[in-house]
Amino acid sequence: MPTKILKKRKLIPGTTSELTLDAPQIAKKAQPGNFIILRVSENGERIPLTIADADPEAGTIKIVYLVLGKTTAELETLDEGDEIHDLCGPLGKATHIEKEGTVICVGGGTGIAAMHHIAKGHHKAGNHVVAIIGARNKDLLLFYDELTAFCPEVLVSTDDGSFGHKGFVTEVLKKRLEEDKTVKEVVAIGPVPMMRAVALTTEPFGVKTTVSLNSIMVDGIGMCGACRVTVGGEVKFACVDGPEFDGHKVDFAELSARLGAYKPQEKDSHEQYKCRCQCHE
Amino acid sequence: MSSAKKAIKPRVPMPEQPAAERRRNFEEVALGYTLELAMEEAARCLQCKKPPCQKGCPVEVNIKDFVGHLAKGDVVAAYRTIKETNSLPAVCGRVCPQEIQCEGSCVLGKKGQPVAIGRLERFAADEFAAKSACEEITGMPECPMIQEDLKVACIGSGPSSLTVAGYLSSRGVKVTVFEALHEPGGVLTYGIPRFRLPKRIVKREVDALKENQVDIVLNWVGGKTFSVEELFEDGYKAVFVGVGAGLPRFMGIPGENLIGVFSANEYLTRVNLGRAWNFPEFDTPCFACTRATVIGGGNVAMDAARTALRLGAEKVTIVYRRTQDEMPARQEELHHALEEGVELACLCGPLAFNGDERGYLKSMTVQKMTLGEPDASGRCRPCALEGETMEIETDMCVVAVGSGPNPVLLGATPEIETNRRGYIVINEETGETAMENVFAGGDIVTGSATVILAMGAGRRAAQEIARRLGVE
Repeated sequence: MPTKILKKRKLIPGTTSELTLDAPQIAKKAQPGNFIILRVSENGERIPLTIADADPEAGTIKIVYLVLGKTTAELETLDEGDEIHDLCGPLGKATHIEKEGTVICVGGGTGIAAMHHIAKGHHKAGNHVVAIIGARNKDLLLFYDELTAFCPEVLVSTDDGSFGHKGFVTEVLKKRLEEDKTVKEVVAIGPVPMMRAVALTTEPFGVKTTVSLNSIMVDGIGMCGACRVTVGGEVKFACVDGPEFDGHKVDFAELSARLGAYKPQEKDSHEQYKCRCQCHE
Repeated sequence: MSSAKKAIKPRVPMPEQPAAERRRNFEEVALGYTLELAMEEAARCLQCKKPPCQKGCPVEVNIKDFVGHLAKGDVVAAYRTIKETNSLPAVCGRVCPQEIQCEGSCVLGKKGQPVAIGRLERFAADEFAAKSACEEITGMPECPMIQEDLKVACIGSGPSSLTVAGYLSSRGVKVTVFEALHEPGGVLTYGIPRFRLPKRIVKREVDALKENQVDIVLNWVGGKTFSVEELFEDGYKAVFVGVGAGLPRFMGIPGENLIGVFSANEYLTRVNLGRAWNFPEFDTPCFACTRATVIGGGNVAMDAARTALRLGAEKVTIVYRRTQDEMPARQEELHHALEEGVELACLCGPLAFNGDERGYLKSMTVQKMTLGEPDASGRCRPCALEGETMEIETDMCVVAVGSGPNPVLLGATPEIETNRRGYIVINEETGETAMENVFAGGDIVTGSATVILAMGAGRRAAQEIARRLGVE
């Protein structure tokens, strides 16, 4: 069933966009932590994207993507009023949220959008949510306004120091943990090196750390095992057992390697697509 | 029997693509009988007074009659006879393990080759090819009036659900089939390769159902997008659960998460559902390799091995703990695989996968085995030959050692009782689960089995649903 794009917001022109989609049944069911699987066109590949926000009353969900390969490049060509060929969800286990006190939500890159939905969930449950977000520079920082709307603290780091702390989110996180021993949980979503660094940072403090893993998926409903990850020595399927796991137990090195399994094919496909697009211009 | 004294004529061979050609293409391997060949083969049938073949069929097709019609060249009558009890004959003629069912029971098989019942069933279905869609499913020239308030939902769109949909829609019930993936057909679509079951055959069966006002809702995930409870709130009178045994099993040996080790489900889903055989025309990629290995001895292992060959692997080896004789695959699939150049490494039990520093598979260490006493399955137990191991060079390994129950729907529906292994417990007479008016059948009840057994289960549940709705 095709899914209509109601609104498109270019967050970083040419590389990152937010789509508001008409998906009432998914909006009704979506919980923080859930993801969807979509196929842009008839010959498309299934890819997973985390739900950045859901509005059950309006019947809409939001997704945010970074243009990385062919599928996201093709998605970027769609506009308001266009339709996504296939979309299903909400998939994966919902984030475990309970009232616990102070929760720090760390986000990097497009992971900030996915983290936003979880931060909102913690806020609604009555937790004191501290958001720590990072980007290369000020212009590439996502969801700052959205997070400031409900988070009492939004701490920023940029690689070039154009906004907030100059450096990495982990430095901000470490400082915050040193100052405040009451933090109950740290949630981290972003590139694998960032999540690994966050887990290493929180470990000495003994703070529960949840990461959301973006492994390669085909069906997203437990049928293929492409997304398998090792957590505490056990093999788990990110799609049905996760996507969230204990950050202190995830084998990040294996995850990194597995994410590169189809690199040559992905590159070929994207290059052929770009070439086709140029030919049509 | 007097005819037994005469020499039994061998069965009429099935025309097929030459092995050397087909090993690199995805076109169907077996090409099918012509009318002349079908009549010649059908004429071999003894027309037994008490035909054992019918008893050998899980849905009890009246084989004697349909073969009799074919012997006279009456394709329509043959087709109608099959269709009385089997809703997917074009599929069954291609994928049933006939040698342990109908053909395994054929009297001719005692002294010679049994009647090629599967090939004849396929011929009748293909030849008939939906003169009218209603006729295709109901055997009746006109569609029944669909009663919009008699609503039944099927979750999953594999063989068992399609059977339920066909049976009930032909009796005027409004059936909606909910499929989680983006194409209908279940294992017929994502699992069985097109060189064995062309996708147009599956499409034909699904289109015929649509003609009977069966709604197929894609991308709708039972237990996620909707719950069983909500279906009843929406006015469905009964729900059939046919979600299959889709959770792939791994062996739990070292190195199983190396790049290049795949579940058969992943490998086949990429190629069949994702059309990775036609990459980059289609976006889904498939792993490229030179020396493929496949672990397992069933049909899925054969499908994976033959797919790897077609995708350009230089060498494909099936690694199996027992010997060729114990392999559970259909004889024809094993025979075709060997003809195409697939190699066997029998009496080898995988111990570990070995990789390079980047995390890519390089080889597999196997334990040499010998056959011991028969186990509970009746097959000889493989026993390790202590200290005898071997290394097999391989850059891609497909693990085809079976699957478990898919947890998505059942995890969200605790009212449906499951057994120790996680499969659904049903009333054997009616197919009903512990949840009232919720029925189940196929692999989610039995564990991985065959298309025809799933269809038999669907038929049984559909009969009970029809009875409760008063439309028998």
